[in-house]
Amino acid sequence: MQILSPEGKVVNSDLLPKLSDDALRELMHRMVFTRIWDQRAVRLTRQGKLGFYAPVAGQEGSMIGSEYATNKEDFIVPGYRDVPQCVWHGWPLHQAFLYSRGHQLGGQMPKDVHVMMPQIIIGAQIVQTPGIALAFKLKGEKRVAITYTGDGGTSQGDFYEGMNFAGALHLPAVFIVQNNQFAISVPVELQTAAKTLAQKATAAGIPGVQVDGMDVLAMYVATKQAVDRARNGDGPSMIEAITFRYGPHTMSGDDPTRYRTKEVESEWEQRDPLIRFRTYLEGRQLWTKEDEDRVVEEAKDAVNDALKKADEAPKMTIPDLIDSMFKELPSDLVRQREEFSAQEGM
Amino acid sequence: MAQWTMIQAITNALDLELGSDERVLVFGEDVGHNGGVFRATDGLQNKYGKDRVFDTPLAESGIAGLANGLATQGFRPVAEIQFFGFVFEAFDQIASQAARMRYRSNGAYSCPIVYRAPFGGGVRTPEMHADSLEGLFVQSPGLKVVIPSNPYDAKGMLISAIRDDDPVLFLEHMKLYRSMRQEVPEESYTVPLGQAVVAREGKDITIVTYGAMVHTALKAADEWAKAKGVQAEVIDLRTVSPIDLDTIVTSIKKTHRAIVLQEAQRSAGAGAEIVAQIAEHAIFYLEAPVLRVSPPDTVYPFGLIEDEWLPSQNQVIRGLEKVMSL
Repeated sequence: MQILSPEGKVVNSDLLPKLSDDALRELMHRMVFTRIWDQRAVRLTRQGKLGFYAPVAGQEGSMIGSEYATNKEDFIVPGYRDVPQCVWHGWPLHQAFLYSRGHQLGGQMPKDVHVMMPQIIIGAQIVQTPGIALAFKLKGEKRVAITYTGDGGTSQGDFYEGMNFAGALHLPAVFIVQNNQFAISVPVELQTAAKTLAQKATAAGIPGVQVDGMDVLAMYVATKQAVDRARNGDGPSMIEAITFRYGPHTMSGDDPTRYRTKEVESEWEQRDPLIRFRTYLEGRQLWTKEDEDRVVEEAKDAVNDALKKADEAPKMTIPDLIDSMFKELPSDLVRQREEFSAQEGM
Repeated sequence: MAQWTMIQAITNALDLELGSDERVLVFGEDVGHNGGVFRATDGLQNKYGKDRVFDTPLAESGIAGLANGLATQGFRPVAEIQFFGFVFEAFDQIASQAARMRYRSNGAYSCPIVYRAPFGGGVRTPEMHADSLEGLFVQSPGLKVVIPSNPYDAKGMLISAIRDDDPVLFLEHMKLYRSMRQEVPEESYTVPLGQAVVAREGKDITIVTYGAMVHTALKAADEWAKAKGVQAEVIDLRTVSPIDLDTIVTSIKKTHRAIVLQEAQRSAGAGAEIVAQIAEHAIFYLEAPVLRVSPPDTVYPFGLIEDEWLPSQNQVIRGLEKVMSL
């Protein structure tokens, strides 16, 4: 599924969503903001001001477009790269930074933010999603659970189990596969002989669609259809977003030049979701250089503010960690708490 | 009061909790219409409907993941793993996900889940049904691990487990399901988690044990008392994580000797942790080293050699005599 060509031309006007000019500008705003924040985050990681970070540049179309199709009440169950969706869904940026650094307060979602902290075990989020969706169904709430994984993640057993459970129990869930062609160094051809990842939905008996993940409008429309379908009680669906990450797998020492050629990278740079959408909006006189510059400044300021706020978080202590293990501490941890409090002189 | 088997006591506990708390859900493979492969959930779907008691696809990770998702949204899932030997399929969702949920979200999300699973030897099950794998979960922070040895405790501890705000692994020994009847109150009651009980009083040596081995220990202690006039005190741990250290230390202060008896292999189970705790907290009360009585470190035995492999009354008596002679 594609709506905008890489040149920013509408190639499928039937599918063009009925979004207001403001909504279209908001999509661009979010993509530019996310690109700047990603560039800053990469630099901050190198400076040691952030910790674990999985770059997102190139995937703004699939991430922003899909999240924009959800309601605030819908629940996002992200993988480790899916920080932007969570932040646009309400996860405060400074908490995302704390999560990156390895601070417990990072994953403490505010009550009205319906997001799970990013999942490190690839596939684990996908078997949890049916549980969240079933909770909505049992409570009669018109909410949807939406989860993300990558191309490599589709090889996991949990990927199949999660989709299959959602299908069998007829649950309001949406499964998004962001196929960025590589799982660290392993190309998607080494994951499966399947011609598409979308066709894996067939094994669960649910609809699957392949979408140009560099096309924010196509991702919005595909996700909106899946979310509406789920919300109306018509069951789960799966979306494969064909996309690309310009940066390394993570900032923890991955070097993509070991497994990707310059040609492949520049080929995907031609399809940049920002260039494409910017051209489209400029053609409709909805986006100017001033708009762009304003968002860039806004993003830089937001990152600086978030860093400052993250710096203000109190230092964690071992008794803090112990206290967060159980609602009521078991006897052995009560003893250990005393022992470690004494060591810290607390 | 009714005379109930452990399986009846478990069904009754589930019935009472389903009846008193709408958030409680019971699900797993064949637990719905069929009432469970051991009939533990018999009649519950009819009584509470398919929204409360239901069958799932045959996939343990999916079942445990379903429980996690439901729990984070305010439900209290009681998920069944048909046999505990199949728990490896669900290991990530239990030990890496549910057990860590409260911690990694600093309390924003929690997992008040009970995983029920039958296990235990002596009933000639095929491979991977009887294995004692509780040790794997004793080593997983964030979980409680419960192993009742009789119908009364099974009911009271299952109710406690369901009401607990954190994940509890509730392991049901297959040999105990119908091997004994006991007076069990029909109304709701709880038995606290994390508290051991003295199943037999004695002054000469302490046997720390749990699960079906409680009964082996009791028989060995009685026989030994009759033959030799030496009195062993038997502690039924009931909860293997966390361990009730106070009850163990109090007993050892009295007897000054101990053995740890378990059905799990020597280096598996909870035995080594119990011995270590005794070494840390009660070594100056000991007259002799603490001995572990357990099966050898082999894979769980083939059916035809199960009885020789599982710790016998005689092995327990030999263990007692060895420690008494030191």
